[in-house]
Amino acid sequence: MLGVIGVDTLDDLIGDIPAEHRHPSLNLASGLSEQELSGVFSAIAAENASSSNGYISFLGAGAYSHYIPSTVKSILQRGEFVTAYTPYQPEAAQGTLQVGFEFQTVICQLTGMEVANAGMYDGPTAFAEACLMAARVTKRTKIGVLSSADSRLPDTLLAYSKHQGIEIVSIEPGATDIPDDLACIGIQSPNFFGEIEDVERLTNLAHANGALSVVHVNPTALGLFRPPGDFDVDIVTAEGQPLGVPMAFGGPYVGLFACKKAHIRQMPGRIIGQTTDTKGRIGYALTLQTREQHIRRERATSNICTSTQLIGLMVTVYAATLGKRGMKDLANLCYQKAHYAAAEISRLAGFSVERTGTFFHEFVVTCPDSPAKINAALLEQKIIGGLDISDRSENGMLVCVTETSSRADIDRLVAALSEIGAVS
Amino acid sequence: MTISTIAAGAGDIDRRLLMDRSVPGRVAFTVSDSDVPFQKLPDASYLRDDVELPEVSQLEVIRYFSVLSQLNFSIDTNFYPLGSCTMKYNPKINDELANLPGLADIHPLQPDETVQGAIRLLKNLQDDLGDITGLPGVSLAPLAGAQGEYAGLLIARAYHDARNDSERVVAIVPDSAHGTNPASAAMAGLEVATVRSDDQGNVDVENLRELADGRTAVFMLTIPSTLGLFEPNILEINKIVHDAGGLVYADGANLNALLGLVKLGDLGVDICHSNLHKTFSTPHGGGGPGSGPVMVTDELAKYLPKPIAEKTDDGYVLSTPAESIGSINGFHGSFSIAARAYAYIKALGLEGLQSVSENAIIGANYIQAKLRDKYDLAADRYCMHETVLSASRQKKRGVAGLDIAKRLLDFGIHAPTMYFPMIVEEALMVEPTESESKETLDHFIAVMRQIDDEIDSAPELVHDAPHDLPVTRLDEAKAARKPILRWSADE
Repeated sequence: MLGVIGVDTLDDLIGDIPAEHRHPSLNLASGLSEQELSGVFSAIAAENASSSNGYISFLGAGAYSHYIPSTVKSILQRGEFVTAYTPYQPEAAQGTLQVGFEFQTVICQLTGMEVANAGMYDGPTAFAEACLMAARVTKRTKIGVLSSADSRLPDTLLAYSKHQGIEIVSIEPGATDIPDDLACIGIQSPNFFGEIEDVERLTNLAHANGALSVVHVNPTALGLFRPPGDFDVDIVTAEGQPLGVPMAFGGPYVGLFACKKAHIRQMPGRIIGQTTDTKGRIGYALTLQTREQHIRRERATSNICTSTQLIGLMVTVYAATLGKRGMKDLANLCYQKAHYAAAEISRLAGFSVERTGTFFHEFVVTCPDSPAKINAALLEQKIIGGLDISDRSENGMLVCVTETSSRADIDRLVAALSEIGAVS
Repeated sequence: MTISTIAAGAGDIDRRLLMDRSVPGRVAFTVSDSDVPFQKLPDASYLRDDVELPEVSQLEVIRYFSVLSQLNFSIDTNFYPLGSCTMKYNPKINDELANLPGLADIHPLQPDETVQGAIRLLKNLQDDLGDITGLPGVSLAPLAGAQGEYAGLLIARAYHDARNDSERVVAIVPDSAHGTNPASAAMAGLEVATVRSDDQGNVDVENLRELADGRTAVFMLTIPSTLGLFEPNILEINKIVHDAGGLVYADGANLNALLGLVKLGDLGVDICHSNLHKTFSTPHGGGGPGSGPVMVTDELAKYLPKPIAEKTDDGYVLSTPAESIGSINGFHGSFSIAARAYAYIKALGLEGLQSVSENAIIGANYIQAKLRDKYDLAADRYCMHETVLSASRQKKRGVAGLDIAKRLLDFGIHAPTMYFPMIVEEALMVEPTESESKETLDHFIAVMRQIDDEIDSAPELVHDAPHDLPVTRLDEAKAARKPILRWSADE
């Protein structure tokens, strides 16, 4: 091939690289065979504590353990989905595009919203982009975030907005009055502590002040609880991970993003639309692309390009598999187990459970000692306890229970807490 | 009684949506019964009616998505000479390893002592990426290239702010840059100043000299450029930017051309990102997920987005740099993509990585050499890992670059990147990657030459392409004018 090109060596092709910097020395080792590589990875995996080596966990706070049906893993083996490019050539990507259209449908059905995009990076970035979108829609620069939200939401929003003249203010969940120049109220429901917020009241409060309401939901909870679409919410975001995506130490996940139809031209991210071909047959294509960076450059609604199409596929297959009956049954099962765990723990001497309202998945346990100490003792029994939230609630531990915790697992946690509580 | 006739033929694909296949009561999956005592549900005012999701059987789920998958082009089934996208083959073992129990099922908030393997993997990958780029400060947090860019720009701003040099609010961006560069700059509150390319496709050094001044925060340079060229004046360019007090940010979208051949840090680059899903082996997934680690000089490492994996006397920990720009997403970045990248680097080793870039460069130059008599070149010189052709001659004969791209689909070859970079008329950007055999490249070359012949012999074949795909050209204007973005009962 070099002969066809008309050169003798590779170096003749890379003459533009300054000669003194060509072929630097590197510390990388020699390559491994596939079998050797498998050995390296088995050793890495074995150093982590997970259900596969006998641990049980009660962590949630934004990433949740759920059973992933075999259909999701099976479809994820299809190289035609896994190794396809972004569908800029729609004729060669009808599979990816129709799945994306199904994804948008699923997100609309779950949230009760009119339109959804094809996915953002993750939940917190979706929330940040939603708040920035509210600022564009209202032409206001002050964003309110409920104080009961996961700090990851305002933290990510801060990183996304710090040079755009945006001010972030904290709003109390019980507020009856808000600044009259807010672009939106950002609400997490269920909130960081697992409690359902009064989305309807807060949305009305926002609207009375010319602001939008942005609601960050847990998609599993939407199998049971009224969706934001019932309450005239303007933008809905969520972490899509609970819908069939492995926890994988934090990613990749998918951010869900839905809104009212009136605002679609301010929406960030890719959107897939239905249309027809020259023979009148139905087909799908990326649409409203003039919002996006590859067309609009510095005036785009977001810089997002590569996003999370494959994770969207997992969510879509998951939703299709659970279906109407399964989403409801699953949400109910999670509810039953979390409430059982809360009731059992609340009976233990020294422990109390805050139960001020209705909660889903998660609840705050006030411990007789620092949660760090209690978690260390739990870990000796191969139990990964709830998240230490003593920075937000004195001796508080955020305990999460989903359908992957059996009654035996819950009882094991309760017995361990009882034992640890007795000596502390 | 009338009996309707069913037409034979496998060509008619059932494109009905899932909701239109729904039959009340049908299920694909059964949720376990509760094993705990009944807990009272909240007041009915909290609860919704059923979610309107499909009611289909498990077989219907599998068949529906399997049939849809067959409507796609993919690397597993097709050649993708798609410039700037690095559509190479990614070893299947990497997917398998990333999904191992102990990696796929660990929670991001587990205590560090319970995830020592995971953090060690991240630390080793940080070190490898720092070594490959010559920029030792590494954060794996960004979730895609555009987020890596944005993180890089926040770092540049933090650096200038810390020096009370807050008048620096301009990002200089070449006219050939990806759209994400100016979009990220705008998000970072920077004004965009565009620097011209000269007639050789290089940055116009004199134009840059005029633009670089006390307001320059950062110069964003894609290396190799979107024209597939290594910037020959890079040392001078970087000196101009540094002399003006600005930082140099390298967009690493095209890092696949540089592995082991040159380190960006050695050239004076201060900040870069790398798309792990391009260069380091994560399949593209139909548009993500991605991962866009950001690499910086030692001086800038204290500003990196959190978290950073570190090795201490007590083991591996995740930490936050002293003056971090903060959290740009929920957790620690795309861990399972980092795992694939680590597997890829370990499998190839130093020599394997060098041969990646060497073969990518040779393949692109081979195509360029074999097509240059038929198609114009954006720049008449050796390219790096991709070559930008122009269909300007073909346009004069009545066929656009778009038509040629669509005609390629009929041959089972994915279209090149079209109309980009924007400074090249009728651009067709071709990146063969190192994965493809000489036979595949020869086939592509033969098809490109045949299409050029068809422009005269059978122009309708090119104009109306594609002919043999699940759909012909789609009415994209209609899709935008009257958006239908979801299934609904009445449409």
